[in-house]
Amino acid sequence: MKVDERVCNALVLFGMLALPLWALAQDEPFTITLVTRAVILALAAVGLNIVLGFGGMVSFGHAMFFGIGGYAMGILAYHAQTYMPLDLGLFTFEGTKSMPVIWLVAMVVSAMIALLVGLLSLRTSGVYFIMITLAFGQMFFYFAISWAAYGGEDGLSIYVRNDFPGLNTLVPIQFFGVCFAILCVVLFLVARLRASPFGLALNAARQSGVRVETMGLDPMRIKLVAFILSGAITGLAGALFADLNRFVSPSMFSWQLSGELIVLIIIGGVGRLMGPVIGACVFVALEHALGGLTDFWHIYLGVILLCIVLFARGGLIGLLTGKESAHV
Amino acid sequence: MSSILIIEQILNGLQFGVMLFLMAAGLTLIFGVMGLINLAHGSLYMVGAFATAAVAGATGSFLLGLIAAMVAAALAGAIIEMVVIRRLYKAPHLDQVLATFALILIFSEGTRWLFGSFPLFLDIPDVISGPVTLPGGIAYPIYRLTLIAVGLAVAIGLWLLIERTRIGIQIRAGENDREMIAALGVDISKLYTLVFALGAALAGLAGGLVGAIQSVQIGMGEPVLILAFVVIVIGGIGSVRGAFVGALLVGLTDTLGGVFLPEFFKLFMETGAAQKTGSAISSMSVYVLMGIVLIWRPTGLFGARS
Repeated sequence: MKVDERVCNALVLFGMLALPLWALAQDEPFTITLVTRAVILALAAVGLNIVLGFGGMVSFGHAMFFGIGGYAMGILAYHAQTYMPLDLGLFTFEGTKSMPVIWLVAMVVSAMIALLVGLLSLRTSGVYFIMITLAFGQMFFYFAISWAAYGGEDGLSIYVRNDFPGLNTLVPIQFFGVCFAILCVVLFLVARLRASPFGLALNAARQSGVRVETMGLDPMRIKLVAFILSGAITGLAGALFADLNRFVSPSMFSWQLSGELIVLIIIGGVGRLMGPVIGACVFVALEHALGGLTDFWHIYLGVILLCIVLFARGGLIGLLTGKESAHV
Repeated sequence: MSSILIIEQILNGLQFGVMLFLMAAGLTLIFGVMGLINLAHGSLYMVGAFATAAVAGATGSFLLGLIAAMVAAALAGAIIEMVVIRRLYKAPHLDQVLATFALILIFSEGTRWLFGSFPLFLDIPDVISGPVTLPGGIAYPIYRLTLIAVGLAVAIGLWLLIERTRIGIQIRAGENDREMIAALGVDISKLYTLVFALGAALAGLAGGLVGAIQSVQIGMGEPVLILAFVVIVIGGIGSVRGAFVGALLVGLTDTLGGVFLPEFFKLFMETGAAQKTGSAISSMSVYVLMGIVLIWRPTGLFGARS
């Protein structure tokens, strides 16, 4: 049975919206939190997919942006909740509990770090790129562990979820709504981006840098811009993830998380718009279902992942639509 | 800051470096010959450590434990090569990363299932436990000196194997041109399994040796794995000589950075702040080193220039 990719995409988004609403009717807040987790992981992987899927750059350090977003939220909210202004030398900042401000800071800081990391990493390619992004991720991980001012290894707890104007974000379904709306907006923008001249150039840069250069474009620059956009989106997801748990810790920077983000994309399908979203849903569902069955659920996850790599190239979307590659 | 402390730290750095070399040598050979990124290499290290703990615990002989470590890791390596890895040689790096990531999950949970979640402890045999006094009056653990000696011996052995034996010629030929050596009648898939098992045995040996100074536990392989990757990237992927130089650089940087950076910052900062800044920066120092090397030479110190 072959399914049209657009139908498939619409069904997934519909399911993601319907499940929490059903859970709300059944009064099962845990399910709503679970879906919110899937939505946020999906957002992080959508960011990574710009680099990994569209641009063909395998970044093994995207947890770095996830963590930066998380810590942006943690630090701002920590200063607001302890009433200790953040001293930035030239001026002091009170900290904030306002989500939009936190999101903006998370995205801007992630983008700036992505600019620096991208400038250095994009000098390399292939395996070296994988390894250097991994190394940058580890650098942040160890920095967060030894940063005693913000909890070091123990991380930071934020007592009350941050505010969004007009909503009570502590109600699970309202927070879910915020996250889901962001995911939809980002997906829409990424779809537009992919079809834009920039997206086409990025696709070309993935296939052949030399050809892009002969067209008068600078492939490095295109890849760098993609890396920055990708970092900003993953950073935003990090801020939301921190708000979901009301907790940030160095584990948000861990290389396992970078690996999991790659896993999400591959489960769904590399370079597909909705690949990361489907991957995140499946991953969270597996984690929950297998985790309830046995303590050793990682074994089954491992076996499933192996089967996907060995037998289902193109991920689940590839399997459903009967097209192995996302790129025509 | 006495000279005794400095020499001790340099020895610690060397010890850490040669153990990293045991890990990195296998990784770099596997990448050089087969073009495969093996994230599961850390799991083979863990397999070695657990095999040593189990066999040494049952028989009372540490040496038997180490032999068991190499055999178990080589077997595990050969099995995953034949069942899984073999299908990945032509796959993109992304698939290799994911499949070997999956293998880590399987190995870690499998070991937890067999041995439980609690760390095991290994006893060092009496002959090589305790300190020895080096010239200059430095008391240093014999076991750590033994590790340095074993590491150097393996490095020399590996060099002889690669430069002076028939298998070594095949390995070097395999790095240069796979099709050609297949055409010359070498059974390439057997060679691949052999190289993989050899790398695995070295990782297992490292696991068993290091397991005696740390605890043997699930997930012990991953931090070492990441450092081993840093090592081979610094050295140039595929180069055993590069892995050796890289391993010593990383071992020394990591160990000496942790001791001397806080001291360095004390020169111009107050003690508490210097301690914090120093330890924060020293924990990142290895990665900073790697960044600098890659910016200077994007394919590592001894990597092939493209």
